[in-house]
Amino acid sequence: MQKRHFVDRAIKWLFLGAAATSVLVLLGIFGMLLFNGVKAFAHISLAEFFFTSNWNPSAYGEPSYGILAMLASTFLVTVGAMLLAVPLGVGAATYLAQVATEKTRLILKPVIELLAAIPSVVVGFIGIVMVGPFIARVFGLSNGLTALNGAILLAVMSLPTIITVAEDAIRSVPNSFKEASYSLGANQWTTLIKVVLPASYSGIIAAIILGMGRAIGETMTVLMATGNALAMPRGFFDPVRTMTATIAIELGEVPYGTTHYYSLFAVGALLFLISLVVNLLAENLAGRYRYKL
Amino acid sequence: MSKYIHTILIGGAIFAFSCNSNHRHVENLMIKGSDTEVNLALTLAETYMATDPNISIAVTGGGSGAGIAALINGKTSIANASRPMKEEEMALAREQQVYPIATVLGMDAIAIVVHPQCSVQNLSLQQLGAIYRGDIQNWKELGGTDEGISLYGRQSNSGTFVYFRDSIVRAEYSNQVKQMNGTAQIVEAIKNDIHGIGYVGVGYILDKNGAQSKGVKVLAISRNSRSTAYLPTELKNIDSGFYPIVRPLFQYTNGKPTGQLQRYLQFCLSPEGQALVKQNGYFPVSEIYWQQNKQALNLAYAKATLR
Repeated sequence: MQKRHFVDRAIKWLFLGAAATSVLVLLGIFGMLLFNGVKAFAHISLAEFFFTSNWNPSAYGEPSYGILAMLASTFLVTVGAMLLAVPLGVGAATYLAQVATEKTRLILKPVIELLAAIPSVVVGFIGIVMVGPFIARVFGLSNGLTALNGAILLAVMSLPTIITVAEDAIRSVPNSFKEASYSLGANQWTTLIKVVLPASYSGIIAAIILGMGRAIGETMTVLMATGNALAMPRGFFDPVRTMTATIAIELGEVPYGTTHYYSLFAVGALLFLISLVVNLLAENLAGRYRYKL
Repeated sequence: MSKYIHTILIGGAIFAFSCNSNHRHVENLMIKGSDTEVNLALTLAETYMATDPNISIAVTGGGSGAGIAALINGKTSIANASRPMKEEEMALAREQQVYPIATVLGMDAIAIVVHPQCSVQNLSLQQLGAIYRGDIQNWKELGGTDEGISLYGRQSNSGTFVYFRDSIVRAEYSNQVKQMNGTAQIVEAIKNDIHGIGYVGVGYILDKNGAQSKGVKVLAISRNSRSTAYLPTELKNIDSGFYPIVRPLFQYTNGKPTGQLQRYLQFCLSPEGQALVKQNGYFPVSEIYWQQNKQALNLAYAKATLR
């Protein structure tokens, strides 16, 4: 009896420790980003940082630190990726969970999950040599190193996450829901749209958010495939340089302790905050719909 | 047993001999600086160390600026730099009683590449600068078709990015320049972009036999609109100094090099050293800089005998 109690408590503490570790790491990273990032504003005005679009810290003349263009770039690429990946991903998840036979599912699911195993540098290379030229040909551009290229690649990269999580959510809808719907004379389509998908709404939102997190944070692929021009993008056919790409390009060579160095941490902190806000929004949305049924 | 004694005896003899002939102990040389040059410097140092057991050379990168700073602080014997020292750096050096002397290790030519279907054959330096500043935005203005120019360049952490901006563009780059993640990606992008233009090290588009890689066209460049344009793919154009986008790769020392340092630098400029320079994708020291090297090193022999 004593021993069992001890084991129970030990395991409880162990799991608490595991949970606390990830929280501590998260807080530590955010603290570090913020601590270094704030120092940038000793020399950069907040107005310049947030409301100008020219980012050129290692300039020929005066350096400039405006993040609007890269903020727009990250936004453009992420939204584009989600516009492509959400219908595709949720559609695929619905098919796997509701329509496909068990045999098809057992073949398709591992294949989809394998998509996640492709290294981002490989995806980026595919973007340069295949997707980019394809986009250029289809839309009559001189080159395909555009926001659209990044969006397509990121959509592919976030598909496995979206499909896996969304499928689990859809499968977890109790059979009694469907049976009730069928018994009222609804066909399969109506049941799917009116009953099953709404019932798994929170899980699907979570899937989309996780996919979005993948897209916002992805670095190597966008660094390689989107052209990295500093100009403010006017649309999906312009090259973009995202926040992640900027940090990756410049952090390697920036002299330690300079305004440029700290400004990259400020960009990192902002990126972190964006992810945080997106996640909180998602939690909130998911929670709101969870109890509506 | 006698075999071991033999070995020890021979070893001792060699030790004694080397002590006698080259005085005292192994000499340490430090080389620090440019990341462009670091692989080349390493190859040269390793080859030289193999011929002379009395010298130990340590090569580190860190960038041209870091190398020059180390030379000023007396932390390195040679500072590698892919750009000349700045006026401020020179002033700082004089303050520390350091008098940097440059020898040129080799030449790095930068080629301007376009798609093979591009109808433009040559550009002047002024046109090239205007293109990258964003002042010329259409191939029509250069005698080509009526299409927008699609600009490719390196990222700001690249020495080539800085050299090209400071020597050719002489202003901020246009913010339309697509900053590619390395030379390979510029070439890959140009192969797919009919309206593209990019700058890459010549070493990258030439193979070991000097044949040009397929899929891109190299433009001939002239100093100004009236002078002749030259291709960087021919050695004689770089050698003669006619091709205008060539940067010397410097090795700075404190004062005129003497002793082991001088012998090492002379090795770098010897036929063997220059052959290694060529193998690494760079070009042998050109005529103009050869004169400078001769003064710095008191080289007794003429360049002709070195080839």
